[in-house]
Parts: sequence; C-alpha cells; structure tokens
Amino acid sequence: MFRLFKTLNRLALIKATIAAVLTIALVLIGSRNLQNFDPALIAYLIGTVFAIFGIAYRYSVWIQRPPTKLYWRRSMQFLFSKYFFPYLWRSTKLFFRNILFQRFIAYRSRTRWFGHFMLATGCLLAFAITVPLTFGWIHFVLKPGDETTYYALLFGFEAGSFSLGSPLAFIAFHGLVWCSVLVTIGAVMMMKRRFTDGGLIATQSFENDWLPLILLIAISVTGLGISYDYTFLEGKTYQFMAVTHAITVVLFLVWLPFGKFFHIYQRLAQLGANLYKTEGKRRGMATCPHTGKEFATQTHINDLKKVSKELGFNYDKEGGRNHMDLSPEGKRSALATAHLKARKEGGKLFG
Amino acid sequence: MPETNYDQEMAFFVDMQRCIGCHACEMACAECETNGQESMIHVNYVDREKSPQTTVQVCMHCEDPTCANVCPADAIHQDEFGVVHSANTSRCIGCSNCVLACPFGVPKKMEEAELMMKCNMCYDRTSAGKKPMCATVCPSQALFFGTKEEIERMRPDSEPVNSFLFGQQEVNTKVNVMMPKGTHQLIIP
Repeated sequence: MFRLFKTLNRLALIKATIAAVLTIALVLIGSRNLQNFDPALIAYLIGTVFAIFGIAYRYSVWIQRPPTKLYWRRSMQFLFSKYFFPYLWRSTKLFFRNILFQRFIAYRSRTRWFGHFMLATGCLLAFAITVPLTFGWIHFVLKPGDETTYYALLFGFEAGSFSLGSPLAFIAFHGLVWCSVLVTIGAVMMMKRRFTDGGLIATQSFENDWLPLILLIAISVTGLGISYDYTFLEGKTYQFMAVTHAITVVLFLVWLPFGKFFHIYQRLAQLGANLYKTEGKRRGMATCPHTGKEFATQTHINDLKKVSKELGFNYDKEGGRNHMDLSPEGKRSALATAHLKARKEGGKLFG
Repeated sequence: MPETNYDQEMAFFVDMQRCIGCHACEMACAECETNGQESMIHVNYVDREKSPQTTVQVCMHCEDPTCANVCPADAIHQDEFGVVHSANTSRCIGCSNCVLACPFGVPKKMEEAELMMKCNMCYDRTSAGKKPMCATVCPSQALFFGTKEEIERMRPDSEPVNSFLFGQQEVNTKVNVMMPKGTHQLIIP
C-alpha cells in the first residue's frame, strides 16, 4: 500500500486532484447547490468523478514521456503561432473528420469504419446526455398550471420546452435507447471481425479487445432493459434493471482511464501530429543523402534526434552525421552496403 | 495474447547478398493475415545507377526497439517472445516517429489510414508453429526461418550475427544476418 503511494506521479496526482475538485465545483454550480441534482444518480456521479480523476492522472503521466511531451509542446507552440487561425481551422476540420467521424478508419476497411462509427457515435451521444444529467446541469420541470409542457433547465436557466407526448419528447426521452441501439450494432460488427479475421485472432487479447465490447453491450442491453421495464412491464422489474445497469456503467467508468477506452482521449493527439507535419513542411523538408529525395520534415528529424538521445539512443556518426539523416530506403541501402563490404572482406560473397 | 505455439527454437536468418530482387517475398507477405493484405517486407535496389544489387529487409525485432521507445502513443508492443508487433490500431496516431527512427528503415506509414504498419514476423503463422510467408517462398534463401543447427549445417562458412553498430549506437536484434565466419557485429559506417 505504501509502495503505491511512493510510486505515484506527483505532478499527475496534483493535476488529477484539481480536475476532480473542479468537476465537483461545477456540479455544485451547475445543479444550483444540488437543488437540481438527482440523488438516484449518485453512484454514476461518484463513478464519473473517479473516471475524470483517473483520466487526468493517466493523461498527465502519458504526456510526461519524452516523445509525447515533445508533440504536446510543439502542437501548442505551432497552434498559438502567427498561423493561429489557419491552423485552428485545419484542426477543427480534422476534429470533425477524424475524431467525430473517424474517417481514417475507412481507409483500413469500410465495414470496420461503419462499425466503429456506430459504436463511437452511440458512446459520444450517451456521454453528452448522461454527463449533464448526472451532474445536475440539465433538469426538467413542469410549471404550475401547465401539466403538458416540460421545461428544460440548463445550469438552472430555462433553455427550452416541449409538449409531453410530442414526437420531440419521444425522441428526447428515448435518447439513450437510440444510443444503445447504435452501440450494440457497432459492437456486434466489431465482435464479428474478431471472430473471423485471422490476424486479429492471432493478436487479440480478452482484456484489451473483448472485454470493452462485452462491457459496452452489457451497458446497452441493461439500459434497454430499463426502458423495456417501464414501457411494457409497468416497472415491475425496475429495481433489478436499474441496479444491473448501474453496476455495468460504474464498472465502465472505473475502467475508463486504464483500459482500451483511453484511446478516446489519446486520439486527440492525432490533430497535434497533423499540425506538426503541416508546420514542418512550411519550415522545410529533409533530403536523404543516399536517395537524394525529400522524405520527412527537417523539424521532425531534428526533434527525433534529440528525443532519441533523451531516451538513451545515440545514432551520431563520424563527421557530424547521424543515422537518422537517412531515409528508410537510405538506411536499408546503408545496411546492405555494409553487409556487402563485410562479405567481400571475408573473401566469400555467399557463405 | 491468446494461446500460442510460438516455437522459440526457430529463428530468422537474413542474407541480403542472396537477394535476387524477385519480389516473391513481397507477394507472399501480402498474404499474411496480420497485415491486412498489405506487403510489409522491403525489397529495393541499393544503388541502381551503379549496381544491380538488391536488398531485402524484414523487421529485425530489436531487443530494445527504438520504434517503441520513440512512439508517443505507446502503440508498439514487444511480446514475451521478443516479437515487436505492428502498431496497435486504436492507439497509433500516425505521427511517423517510428518510421523515421527505426535504424533498419522498416515501419511503413499508411498515409490515408493514419497508421503505422510493419512486419510482425507473420505472427498469425509463427504463433501457430508455422514459418513466416516470406521465408517459405524465398527461392535463394536470402530469407530463412529455422533452427540454428539447420543454418549452421547449410552455411558452414557463415556466422549468424544479431548485433549492429550504427555510429555510436549498438542495436541487438532477434533476427540474424548471415556474416563471414568469425564476425560478431555488422558495423554500418
């Protein structure tokens, strides 16, 4: 137990604590001193605060690694430069394209993209609905004298209304049902790949690849159970449905910072990597001394030399050269040339 | 990782001087199911203007892989057999750090897919006790997968070497390069 405290990352611990405290403060403010907070959701609130603490902690540890730190620093430096507006526009476009629509997956496989898109959209929509509800930021009320109109309060301020029984009310009240359907379809499609793709069968693991899908389906099915109960069973099984759903969701929230789901937050770094490449191209390309062709940005090569040294790799050569100045093809040729030379010196080309 | 029959007695031996540039390994590599039908092996002319010499390059599966160290997304994983796997698709952010840092010039960046891919020694096959695709089709045995005893019998005048010196950096690998007898390291000036 004491060892655990000794190995904790201090900076990450401070950041994670700040994130968790800020979340609790926002819950108090947004729910008007818990006036609009739904006590039935307390387990979800605790789970979410834990997840935020864990994600902030892991994210902070992650960006302390030399290569990640470099990308983080460079991304911020390039974004907040004199090219701020074009880079912001580019990053926003890519955010929609690659984060919300995950279009890059389509180049790996179209069905895989569709499955992932369904899964991710269902999850993101569900987050957008449940987090404000859990935090008490969104609250619905009826006004005296009008029992057919529902008023939505956002942070305690009136933000819209709709008639009970209207199509809009039906869509809004079943928001999580639609999310569950999307997630289930997506998760089943991803599971099918894991049953049939030889490459995945060879490399997948239960905890990293199957458990997340099983958990998402469990959350969706138990969530649908709650709707099924109040729609068709007159709430007779409500307690069972509510408790099983809460267990699966809290398990998901607790596991969110540690398992595969961390890639949801990690993926944002792709925007930084893109910006890094764009600004690097503007600054100038590196030319391979062997092939004579441009192969990467000079900024990237220079940064990589520094980072690799920080990590304990020194590819410096005589005469101020560095092995990383060569393109991948140049490196392969350098190896083959050295091999041929050694063979010639050995007296036999084919031992 | 799932249950595996990876045979640690078997090893990979490369002899670039035997490469005749036929590209059979490239075709075979694309059959490997872990690559998604993309060829990961490299066959290229060394200096086309001056010589017809070709070279072949598989992932050398470094003991301390530079690619995994410089990966900002922790996407490259080395398993208990020393196999350095292709990037984890959910983590890889397509930054190309690994592509540019690998001393052997192995990883490939699939631009549109924002993904790094590389040879993982045909893990779908080797984990089932089979040989990698490239080594099964190479007609000149520039690529050979077998036991150390087999290669010693076949190449009595050669020595399998798995230590490389790139400038000041020594790199030790799981894959061997066949060198003249008595050599212990390949120095890349």
